[in-house]
Amino acid sequence: MKKARVAYGGAIHEAIDWDGRLKLDDGRIIEEGKAQWLTPIEPRTVFALGLNYADHAAELAFTPPSEPLVFLKGPNTFIGHQAFTRRPADVTYMHYECELAVIIGETAKNVNKEEAYNYVKGYSIANDYAIRDYLENYYRPNLRVKNRDTCTPMGPWIVDAEDIPDPMNLTVKTYVNGKLVQEGTTADMIFDIPALISYLSSFMTLSENDVILTGTPKGSVDTIVGDVVVTEIEGVGRLVNTIIGDEAFSISNQM
Amino acid sequence: MTKAKIKAVGSNELQTVEVNIKTNTIFMNDNAIHASDLQLFNPINGTVFGTLLNYKGELELLGGAVHEKPYQSPPIAPVLYIKPANTFNHFGAEILMPTGMDKLKIGAALGLVIGKRASEIDEATAMDYIAGYTIVNDVSVPHESIFRPAVQHNARDGFCSMGPWIIDYHEVEDPDDLTIRVFINEKLQQENSTSNLIRPISRLLADVTEFMTLSPGDVLLVGVPEHAPLAYVEDTIRIEIEGIGSLENIVVAEMDIGRRNVI
Repeated sequence: MKKARVAYGGAIHEAIDWDGRLKLDDGRIIEEGKAQWLTPIEPRTVFALGLNYADHAAELAFTPPSEPLVFLKGPNTFIGHQAFTRRPADVTYMHYECELAVIIGETAKNVNKEEAYNYVKGYSIANDYAIRDYLENYYRPNLRVKNRDTCTPMGPWIVDAEDIPDPMNLTVKTYVNGKLVQEGTTADMIFDIPALISYLSSFMTLSENDVILTGTPKGSVDTIVGDVVVTEIEGVGRLVNTIIGDEAFSISNQM
Repeated sequence: MTKAKIKAVGSNELQTVEVNIKTNTIFMNDNAIHASDLQLFNPINGTVFGTLLNYKGELELLGGAVHEKPYQSPPIAPVLYIKPANTFNHFGAEILMPTGMDKLKIGAALGLVIGKRASEIDEATAMDYIAGYTIVNDVSVPHESIFRPAVQHNARDGFCSMGPWIIDYHEVEDPDDLTIRVFINEKLQQENSTSNLIRPISRLLADVTEFMTLSPGDVLLVGVPEHAPLAYVEDTIRIEIEGIGSLENIVVAEMDIGRRNVI
């Protein structure tokens, strides 16, 4: 089952895919375009992985890490499907990162790899934008690069874990204005999903709606104002996002 | 008498009370109750953001290293991190010493509790966005490098104690001039003042909200002073901030807790 959270008719609803339309939790069936997509769950603690794909680490001239490189993201950065991400005017390099989002379903502490999947309730897609211009070498990656407002689209759906039998073998793709710019497979992760859940839960308690963004494969290119960026993961969906500039962002803010 | 908000165990709501900061007592139903005689829960439920390298002495300690690898240059924007929800802890509670470790770093921080949505605010009006102040014990496993520290150093369960209360913003005349003291087993181990911040509070709020919206209930720690003291198993830690109160916690071995659970 694929579930979304949408705003419709002045209220927030859960919705399921209904042959290209949406069926709301009160039974109404609506056109997708009429709904405002929210993140499919309200994320609690969000972990993101740096350099977790062997090819991406090589692209950035890094030797693969020996321990997962984990950083945290705050709620301010998340937006839903079909939304707008702001690119500040002074920026020269802003790139997407298509990532498989693993959504935790229940409290997990000291979980071993063999049992790790029992704690996953579903999967989604996140586009973990980075603005390289703001990179500084303290507490990397710094929040000004990775935790900006509007810079982490997530969705459209949470897909039930049981519907993704092998999350470690999914094709990951990004299109900019319809052109394929990033392609990889979750099979190339350095630390796979069970390893990440086991690692994190070895020193902290994970809870429902904690999210692990599992990193991105190689293929980062600059995106500019007006670009439509589609991040797609096999079986999980297609997350659409559009880059807007300061001016358009401010005007839409006032509306 | 100072106006504050507390969250007593068993209640989901913040409660407005009068407190005496000097004696750490709360006035309820005409009685003065010491904070340790009341089960106080952490009064914070938003996101907690920490600021690093915001004390002049802390940056000075890094010295010339800021120009060298891996840092390459002194920090430009505020250096921030997140204390996730699993780290939230409260007045009087135990802080667990992880198995296999013997000391913890005690980060004594003034916490700004946000009162209204703050996005791209300017210095002149920044203080209007603060609902109140709290004391934060930002605990971490001692680590040298701040280039890319592992999240396991500061995101362990219970590593962010907050409280005992939120002091209303109007009770604090100048939050940029508050003495902070850390006592371990009642011995003074650290003393500093928010007058030593590189970015004073209004500037910090302006620079953070330039790229990141703070929401009501979120907490921004203004920084952790240099020479953070270390704490060991069975130590009692008390962080005292002038005009805000005292936050107390005790360090307990993780193993002992496990054993207690078995019994």
